[in-house]
Amino acid sequence: MTHLKSSLVPASEEFQRNAAAMRAQVADLREKVALIRLGGGEPARQKHLERGKLLPRERIRQLLDMGSPFLEFSQFAAWGFYKNEAPAAGIITGIGRVCGRECLIIANDATVKGGTYLPLTVKKHLRAQEIAEQNHLPCIYLVDSGGAFLPLQEDVFPDRDHFGRIFYNQAQMSAKGIPQIAVVMGSCTAGGAYVPAMADESIIVKNQGTIFLGGPPLVKAATGEVVSAEDLGGADVHCRTSGVTDHYATDDAHALGLARRIVANLNRTKGVQLDLREPREPLYPAEEIYGIIPTESRKPFDVREVIARVVDGSEFDAFKKLYGETLVCGFAHIFGYPVGIVANNGILFSESAQKGAHFVELCSQRGIPLIFLQNITGFMVGSKYETGGIAKDGAKMVMAVACARVPKFTVLIGGSFGAGNYGMCGRAYSPRMLWMWPNARISVMGGEQAAGVLAQVKRDGLETRGQEWSPAEEEAFKQPIRDQYEHQGHPYFASARIWDDGIIDPADTRMVLGLGISAALNAPIEKTTFGIFRM
Amino acid sequence: MFDSLLIANRGEIACRILRSAHRLGLRTIAVYSDADRKAQHVKLADEAWHIGAAPAAQSYLCADKILEVARRSGAAAIHPGYGFLAENAEFAAACRAAGSVFVGPPVAAIRAMGSKSAAKAIMHQAGVPLVPGYHGEDQRLATLQSAALSIGFPLLVKASAGGGGKGMRVVRTAGELEAAIEGAKREAAASFGDDRLLLERYLEQPRHVEIQVFADSQGQVIYLFERDCSVQRRHQKVLEEAPAPGLSPALREQMGAAAVTATGTIGYVGAGTVEFLLDTDGSFYFMEMNTRLQVEHPVTELITGLDLVAWQLQIAAGQPLPCRQTEIQINGHAIEARLYAEDPQRNFLPAIGTLHHLQLPVESDQVRVDTGVAQGDEISIDYDPMLAKIIVHDVDRPAALRRLRRALEQVEVAGVTTNAAFLHRVVNHPAFAAANFDTGFIDQHRDELLPPARPASAQTLALAALYLLLQREADARHAARQSSDPHSPWHQTSGWRLNGDNHHQLRFSAGEHVHLITLHYRPVGYLIEVADRQLSASGYFDDRGRLKATLDGQQLHARVVRCGMELQVLYRATSHRLLLHDPHAEAFAHEENTGRLTAPMPGKIVALLVKGGARVTRGTPLVILEAMKMEHTITAPADGIVTQMNFTAGALVSDGAALLTFEADEGA
Repeated sequence: MTHLKSSLVPASEEFQRNAAAMRAQVADLREKVALIRLGGGEPARQKHLERGKLLPRERIRQLLDMGSPFLEFSQFAAWGFYKNEAPAAGIITGIGRVCGRECLIIANDATVKGGTYLPLTVKKHLRAQEIAEQNHLPCIYLVDSGGAFLPLQEDVFPDRDHFGRIFYNQAQMSAKGIPQIAVVMGSCTAGGAYVPAMADESIIVKNQGTIFLGGPPLVKAATGEVVSAEDLGGADVHCRTSGVTDHYATDDAHALGLARRIVANLNRTKGVQLDLREPREPLYPAEEIYGIIPTESRKPFDVREVIARVVDGSEFDAFKKLYGETLVCGFAHIFGYPVGIVANNGILFSESAQKGAHFVELCSQRGIPLIFLQNITGFMVGSKYETGGIAKDGAKMVMAVACARVPKFTVLIGGSFGAGNYGMCGRAYSPRMLWMWPNARISVMGGEQAAGVLAQVKRDGLETRGQEWSPAEEEAFKQPIRDQYEHQGHPYFASARIWDDGIIDPADTRMVLGLGISAALNAPIEKTTFGIFRM
Repeated sequence: MFDSLLIANRGEIACRILRSAHRLGLRTIAVYSDADRKAQHVKLADEAWHIGAAPAAQSYLCADKILEVARRSGAAAIHPGYGFLAENAEFAAACRAAGSVFVGPPVAAIRAMGSKSAAKAIMHQAGVPLVPGYHGEDQRLATLQSAALSIGFPLLVKASAGGGGKGMRVVRTAGELEAAIEGAKREAAASFGDDRLLLERYLEQPRHVEIQVFADSQGQVIYLFERDCSVQRRHQKVLEEAPAPGLSPALREQMGAAAVTATGTIGYVGAGTVEFLLDTDGSFYFMEMNTRLQVEHPVTELITGLDLVAWQLQIAAGQPLPCRQTEIQINGHAIEARLYAEDPQRNFLPAIGTLHHLQLPVESDQVRVDTGVAQGDEISIDYDPMLAKIIVHDVDRPAALRRLRRALEQVEVAGVTTNAAFLHRVVNHPAFAAANFDTGFIDQHRDELLPPARPASAQTLALAALYLLLQREADARHAARQSSDPHSPWHQTSGWRLNGDNHHQLRFSAGEHVHLITLHYRPVGYLIEVADRQLSASGYFDDRGRLKATLDGQQLHARVVRCGMELQVLYRATSHRLLLHDPHAEAFAHEENTGRLTAPMPGKIVALLVKGGARVTRGTPLVILEAMKMEHTITAPADGIVTQMNFTAGALVSDGAALLTFEADEGA
């Protein structure tokens, strides 16, 4: 194996400037996450605790093995939406270990709008289920939700990827033998009632959990019957009479203990089809990544400096090192798992795209997980390249990436613009997980390019009509466009809409990828069949 | 010399005797009860014979069973050790009648010293000084009263046949006398089947100084100096030392001579101890003579360099004393501390349980440990609760004391309550260090020696928490090695979170104290928040499984032993028990919807007053438990139903055992 030699100079002014800028971004990220983790605010939290319930993050902590990592998804979901009243979209999702097994946990946060499903709550829930399904992770639903958020029902209820899809997914996963476990720790009203009802095994907490298709107000309105929530759909009703739930818990802690017992009895094994090695830390500290990323986003950086701080022993065996050099491809290990890395080191040319397609084919055939490190402004443009067939070469790479069935992981470490996003396994290409660094930007093209293109179109129009356009006017035209792209390409904007699975501290990249690969190994690595490569 | 020896005893003394017997090349035969199948003395002996059930009355006290083993095994000699049959004249006689050598004095000497009043009469005649008193056969109240008035107060009333403080009363005024005599008679009758009493002047600040004597069958008697056994609790020795601090050579010689006279008077052969009370003015009075090897004999061995058991065997074989009085010298100072399974906080009640962990001091030229138990052994109420004797020897008393402090700090016992911390406090007490003590030492300094149990300190709690965290790490590493995905970062126990810190909460309880501990995961180690303190903590387990902890920069080692949900933190002779609260486990227990009533101390269930299923009101007596000849009644804590009785009458229960399950009425 070849060691990547770093040429970074941590003492240099540039490094220090870069590092300071990244540290500020990471600090901002952690600050915002700390805020998000508080859920619906202090009064709501107190009210929740007074009811004898555990807060959702405490529930997760008690559900997980002591000290287990928790790989949380979509922390920024709904950031800036719903008058900023729905931190994390009122639902916490992520992977953690329960009795030694990686499980996907979906926990409603009843301190946020009573745990009701806003449009982005639904999207976040479905994304978590998708991760569970792709990686064969048992699902544990900690249910404490008032159901669909009625004022926004049109964006919650009717469409394919709306509320009903939750139960469709439960059915599909159950059919595939992916355990579905529901713990009813609060309301499960109307559609929500199907979460425990569709589960393989369900638990309900006495005096806390209720399950009914219609709650007491609806019942009274419909039939005149006056009945308490507990008598209508409490633990005694469902454990002793209706059979909707299987296990009776006296409190949250008991319920979580029962959930752990269920997982302990699942009889699941993890077949690891990879040639594992003894893991080693990279030779260079992860925090040095901070000094790599230029403060000026248009300035290039050598992606191999990043790779050297992510992979085992900073060892990386490059593929076609001397060909299509703007795409770095090669083999390495992360936590002892073999991985194929595809990383941008400049704009994509035909050669780089062909090289990328070839490398993805190699990894697919060999069953090696793929890591995409995206920092791409796009494919090369111009008549020379168009006539050279860059579109079909780009298509080869997109074809390879789209079809590859090995676990794929994508990290946006810089720009993610245009068709480069496709070839580098953007969201549409179903990577098992997709993460963003705080400095990353995502849009159809860079803000500057967009402003330039739109300005050009306008200038052409003006000139056709024989009108003048001063540089000052042009600048006044371009700036709002730049601002819009900057705003909409920002990770907080992207993550709020669940275009990714979260924003990560660059220093955590190795850990996040390691956890992701290990979780992915719960599903067998499938054989790939490619479509037609245009030659 | 005979060629084989049966040891009619168990525990540390059986092991002690086995060592010397093996050194002399004897074939050794042990006996054991049901409870001792795997005991150390059984393992050490060349052969071992089963002699009955666990209670001593059905095994170690059964002379006929032991003689049967002697006959079948062909044992030429029998060593009775101490306790059990050691001072039983009938047993000694039966041994001799059966043709076995009894390693002990002649039957007549045992008998002569067996009754305290008879012994004193003999000593009085021989000119050995006695505490002024009345030892007459006339036990009428009037006679006792007039005798008392002539002796004067304070006065001691005690059972003639007694020992161990039973049937004993101190009377300070004439008015208390009648009640004291009647009470002592009742207790004497109950304990010994003999209600005869004797009266003695009560010495206010006496020291217990005893002389070790040896006599051979050729009529030679020598003394091996004295032992000071003044530090006693409930009239049982706790710390013994030799020589007695501050005893002048002249007084030593006087006492030695008196002891030799006493020994010679009764035609004694073998090892014996003449116990004296030493008054503050240097006068000393004969108390009694023990016709056996004493528990505390090792201190004499260490200052004389002699093997008293070997001497016993040689003399029993008819050999003369190996040396003369003038050849024996005192070398340095020795102190013995008796490690007991008992609870000093509960008036030294014996403790029972399983020795989940046992680490005794490392033996060296200066530190000797005599024990008969090993880790994993069960300590029951059937036998003496002594776990070990820790004996130190050094050039002088201060040096020996330093050794003893260090040795006691090395003691680690978990699973059974011990007096280790109490011993440590005694040897650290300035009055003890200054040898300023008498037999009232422990009572006098009770407040310092037996301080009320303090709630666990931040350090103790941090050690317990750190232990759990490190144990969790170790378990996770083990699970990782077993797993198909051994290198997965999911095996990590650092509580990793995306873009944030993480913590974990633990709850411990100790008695009524509940401690909430927050553990913050840090890149290296943990930040432990306990009470109002924050401690940075890290650590590892050394190759002996001890916790090497660094707490706020201070490195220390401690032992934490976990048994179920109970953690015992052992650090420098102190021991804290903490109950770990597991919310899951508690919820499951709650699921069973039962309350449990537990035994307040180890003991025997005398009676069950209600049956399972009985509806009772608050305060209804449910169970009677007997411990230390005292009855304790367990009553219902509330109105409710006794759902189940967990034991039957006669069962032995350990401290904390759930006696019954109880379901309190709703709202009760």
